[in-house]
Amino acid sequence: MKTFSDLIFREGFRYTEDHEWVGTAAEHLEVGVSDYAQDQMGDIVFVELPDEGAVFAKGEQFGTLESVKAVSELYLPVGGEIIEVNSALGDSPELINSDPYGTWLVRIKPADPGQIEQLLTADAYRQMLQG
Amino acid sequence: MRYLPHTDEEIAAMLAVVGRNSLDELFCSIPDHCRYQGEMPLPEALSEWQLEEHFAELGEVMTVGSRHKVLIGAGSAHHFIPESIRALLSRSEFLTAYTPYQPEIAQGTLQGIYEYQTLTARLLGMDVANASMYDGASALAEALLMALRIGRKKSRVAVAGSIHPHYRQVVRTYLGPAGYELVELPVGPEGRCDLSALGDLGELAAVAVQSPNFFGVVEDLELLGQQIHQSGALFIVSFSEPLAFGLFKNPGECGADIACGEGQSFGMPRSFGGAGLGMFACREQFVRNMPGRLVGETLDRQGRRGFVLTLATREQHIRREKATSNICSNQGICAMTAAMYMASLGGTGLRRLARLNYDKAQYCQERLGQVGGKVLWNSPVFNEFVIEFAERDFGPVRQRLLAAGIVAGLDLGRFYPEHAGRYLFGITETVDKAVIDRVAEEVEK
Repeated sequence: MKTFSDLIFREGFRYTEDHEWVGTAAEHLEVGVSDYAQDQMGDIVFVELPDEGAVFAKGEQFGTLESVKAVSELYLPVGGEIIEVNSALGDSPELINSDPYGTWLVRIKPADPGQIEQLLTADAYRQMLQG
Repeated sequence: MRYLPHTDEEIAAMLAVVGRNSLDELFCSIPDHCRYQGEMPLPEALSEWQLEEHFAELGEVMTVGSRHKVLIGAGSAHHFIPESIRALLSRSEFLTAYTPYQPEIAQGTLQGIYEYQTLTARLLGMDVANASMYDGASALAEALLMALRIGRKKSRVAVAGSIHPHYRQVVRTYLGPAGYELVELPVGPEGRCDLSALGDLGELAAVAVQSPNFFGVVEDLELLGQQIHQSGALFIVSFSEPLAFGLFKNPGECGADIACGEGQSFGMPRSFGGAGLGMFACREQFVRNMPGRLVGETLDRQGRRGFVLTLATREQHIRREKATSNICSNQGICAMTAAMYMASLGGTGLRRLARLNYDKAQYCQERLGQVGGKVLWNSPVFNEFVIEFAERDFGPVRQRLLAAGIVAGLDLGRFYPEHAGRYLFGITETVDKAVIDRVAEEVEK
């Protein structure tokens, strides 16, 4: 596993205490998991994602990540509708390990775009991990 | 893996390490009021021959003993068990209660279970089978829970009323407290599952059907499967007599998403109803929602073939309360038994044995038909069927046969009050023609 100084944080993204990140794209938000999360989990072998069109509240479980040693729940950082799931992950779940910030899991249309302001900044997330 | 009990010397050595003088002292942290005081009220130990005598005496006072000819299946079938199975099972590699966590010392057990999974998947026509569940009833309950996991927000399932009554009871026990809704579908006029109400039941995660059903009737699985899939539900096929798939189309050929049932027929004695074997298989797309253990084939560091438990990340020791199910250890020896049984018979043997069961049951129906018995439905049956005697009360006949050492059928009234006085017969390869003739003769008296 990486030492703390090796961990990558993407400035401009927002983070949750459950180690998801949220990035803002043109008309929607993208959600993925942080470098710390993929590093802790180890080789990811399976991603379970919801159907497009499904609607989740903030903090609701929307899928699971399965690695060789554990299964973790994915919680939606901002409530909204799933407009797209990353179909490339079906065949290549390891993309999350190799490029955690370039690999989004779902794209969502947020019910309340203001919710993103409640999430952690990269600095706040870094501080949280440092404890 | 061997079971080696500790010797007194080993126990003393271990106590010395932890600084205790006796086992009682080791357990001193358990409060006195929680512990049993005084001597256990157990009788003196008997010698081996006294013990055998004691159990022989107990056996003799039972109404139905091992010498009786039992013409009842009802979820527990009497089949011949080849002696080769008893001999193989007595080997210490197989005769163990332990679950094979550690591939480095349990390759034999793991490979045995892997073979069981392969044979089960082939028999049921499914992509993948697990290392087994407790019995047919718990397998059905787990199949319904699995369908509810796949169906996500759906919270209702339906089961055919022709599924074994005990299975439905276990399903109610599993699903009720979990807040799921269970609907029972009626038995139709031909003893088959009636799906006419399906459209009115709202969104169902799954519909479960048993074939052959509790009445021995072979369901039209293909048609049922189409209707169930059209409604958007998963199609679960339950069974209590897997031998039927030696002759009839298997669940996979009929479109089942999950196939589950009792495997006691495959080499296990009836033993008052247990231990049983829960066979469980599904389509590959659902494998991550499947409960229970799964053995997979892999390569070791030197590229040699080996076997390990796989997909264990969803089990309770890793995923706690979010695990796919709470089943962990089960009586894996039963899965091993079934693997040996299936391998002993092979595909051809299984087909011939199934044919023999079918033919004998057919003969029994004809013979009872000649003496006034009427088979209740026109549907095809496997080795069980329901018969009624309109002209006479079969009760006294059954009593006379019982005195003569033959248990002739099960009065259905106990499970289906509307069928009181009708009898469910179970005929396997172990029932001689002479016994069937004897039953018919007794009816004529």
